[in-house]
Amino acid sequence: MRSKHLAAEKKASGSRYTALRSRRLPASALLDKRAVLAAIVLAAAIILMVLFSAGIGTMRIHPLDVLKVFAGQGQEVHKTVVFQFRLPRIALSLLVGASLAASGAIVQGMIRNPLASPDLVGITNGAAVAATSLIALTGGAASVRWLPLAAICGAAAAALLIYVLAWKRGVTPLRLVLVGIGLSSALSAITSVMVIASPLRIAGQALVWLTGSVYGAAWSGVLTLLPWTAAGLALAFVLARQVSAQQLGDDIAVGLGSRLQLQRLALLALSVALAGSAVALAGGIAFIGLMAPHMARRLVGPAFGAALPVAALCGGLLMLAADLAARTVFMPTEIPAGVFTAAIGAPFFIYLLRRRRSSP
Amino acid sequence: MTKLTASNLSLAYGRQLIIDNLDFAVPEGRITVLIGANGSGKSTLLRALARLMKPEAGAVLLDGKDIAHTSTKEVARKLAMLPQGPVAPEGITVLQLVKQGRYPYQSWLQQWSEADERAVRAALEATGMTPLAERPVDALSGGQRQRAWIAMTLAQGTATVLLDEPTTYLDLTHQIEILDLLYTLNEREGRTVVMVLHDMNLACRYAHHLVAVKDRGIYAQGAPGDIVNAELIRNVFELDAHIIPDPLYGTPLCIPASQARRAQERQAAVPVHA
Ligand SMILES: Nc1ncnc2c1ncn2[C@@H]1O[C@H](COP(=O)(O)OP(=O)(O)O)[C@@H](O)[C@H]1O
Ligand SMILES: [Mg+2]
Repeated sequence: MRSKHLAAEKKASGSRYTALRSRRLPASALLDKRAVLAAIVLAAAIILMVLFSAGIGTMRIHPLDVLKVFAGQGQEVHKTVVFQFRLPRIALSLLVGASLAASGAIVQGMIRNPLASPDLVGITNGAAVAATSLIALTGGAASVRWLPLAAICGAAAAALLIYVLAWKRGVTPLRLVLVGIGLSSALSAITSVMVIASPLRIAGQALVWLTGSVYGAAWSGVLTLLPWTAAGLALAFVLARQVSAQQLGDDIAVGLGSRLQLQRLALLALSVALAGSAVALAGGIAFIGLMAPHMARRLVGPAFGAALPVAALCGGLLMLAADLAARTVFMPTEIPAGVFTAAIGAPFFIYLLRRRRSSP
Repeated sequence: MTKLTASNLSLAYGRQLIIDNLDFAVPEGRITVLIGANGSGKSTLLRALARLMKPEAGAVLLDGKDIAHTSTKEVARKLAMLPQGPVAPEGITVLQLVKQGRYPYQSWLQQWSEADERAVRAALEATGMTPLAERPVDALSGGQRQRAWIAMTLAQGTATVLLDEPTTYLDLTHQIEILDLLYTLNEREGRTVVMVLHDMNLACRYAHHLVAVKDRGIYAQGAPGDIVNAELIRNVFELDAHIIPDPLYGTPLCIPASQARRAQERQAAVPVHA
């Protein structure tokens, strides 16, 4: 859609929105200016955070020097540190955070519960069983190459199993949640057994994976995840209308003409692809899929077309901050980033629970 | 105009048959009210008319076509349904909710056409929600909230609107307000309204066509003045009642007799037009 085809109308209903209509194509959209503003502010925050984050570490580089490196100037040693070591990690953090957030936003919209997260449909626990099994059975280094593949297969298998078990002339959000909780706890028990039964060194490796981190990220990892995140976010944007309809409840969605079960299956598959690929590369990062969509709804409301991009940006920012903390708080010792997402996420979850209980 | 009919319709939950072999035609351009005891199957019937429930046997026909074999979007352009007690997503504004009513006309490319804008504006106006358009639905009173949902169904731009107990949980003032709103819509725009109501007297006042549901089928149907009498109340609700004319509109008014208060406590008949 080229901009000269678009006619922006200021008179649209309410000051918060601008209607965009093409004169030639049957294309139109209602732009939520508040969401655009939120996205711009978040993107600016991410850029600042990247400049800052790329300069911090055992070798400190001034943000302005980082800027020079990005511009292709600056010292060779700075270039090496930024491009080889820090930037891949930063880029992977952003992709992982955005994917988990988008997945969480889809699951929360589909299940109509702000306390839901990709964990609920078995994605994290399925990936965890597969990953720890691989680590425990093959032991050590040989498994690392196959870890992402095992993890995403585990995530998909668990989600599929939950979907099939929840099916009874269609799948309802409630049955999905109930089956999801049951299967997730069974899977997490299996994971625990795997870890406990392993030798200490192997168990340590498994635990780091379970906590989640982007330690040692390389460009190859970034390039592996990038197509998943990009395609996943694009598809989520295309399906945004369906999520908005499903948020109103099954009866109303069908009444509005939504093909509920088909769309629910597509959305579930999409959330598995998004979160599963992120977990495959970064392990069991917790709570971003819960927190980021919630922050987005607080900023721009629940309309999914607006909440989705904002949630993805929030998720990227959160993950970036968590990894910065992971690298720097106990420097030179590294802590898995998942420790920090959990450290903020767990109290946040309790806050949400309490807030919901006090409201009618 | 659209024609909505049920033909040999049977509805069931599992083995439990709720509606048995029902034939029914919704009168076009009129207000039809379903009444009946709790659990008699009014909601079930309404859900089936809105293709929210698959028939066990028979069919619901919309303009002569089986609703189950018509594209759900096509149905959504002719028929809107407001279920009982809908819950809005946290933080959604009235405008965002009402916009959802345009779903059946939208595609990924065409998300906010001029027709969409006009329909949403008209729906907000008709329900008196224009000043509240930017407010979150969960911050509204019960009556305003229900009006927001009705605005969403109106934005759908359908000739037929089905509503399941649109006045439940509202105080008397807001019950009248909602029913007046629906009555006006029917008068002005000629929309066909089918709704379930609990209050027998309000049902008689607002219905052109009253349908009493009992024993898996329709016990009686017709204009309230023609069909409502003590016998109908006794058979449909298992209640003894006196029927007098509503002093304001002349529609049947149902005065239920109590079990606990004895007959001799009753007053001698008081003239109604005091
Ligand atoms: N989802 C359901 N599953 C099983 N039985 C149901 C369900 N919904 C309603 N019923 C039963 O169907 C009967 C009719 O219910 P309903 O149509 O809701 O009655 P009404 O609206 O007239 O009060 C009741 O006996 C009720 O218990
Ligand atoms: Mg009912």
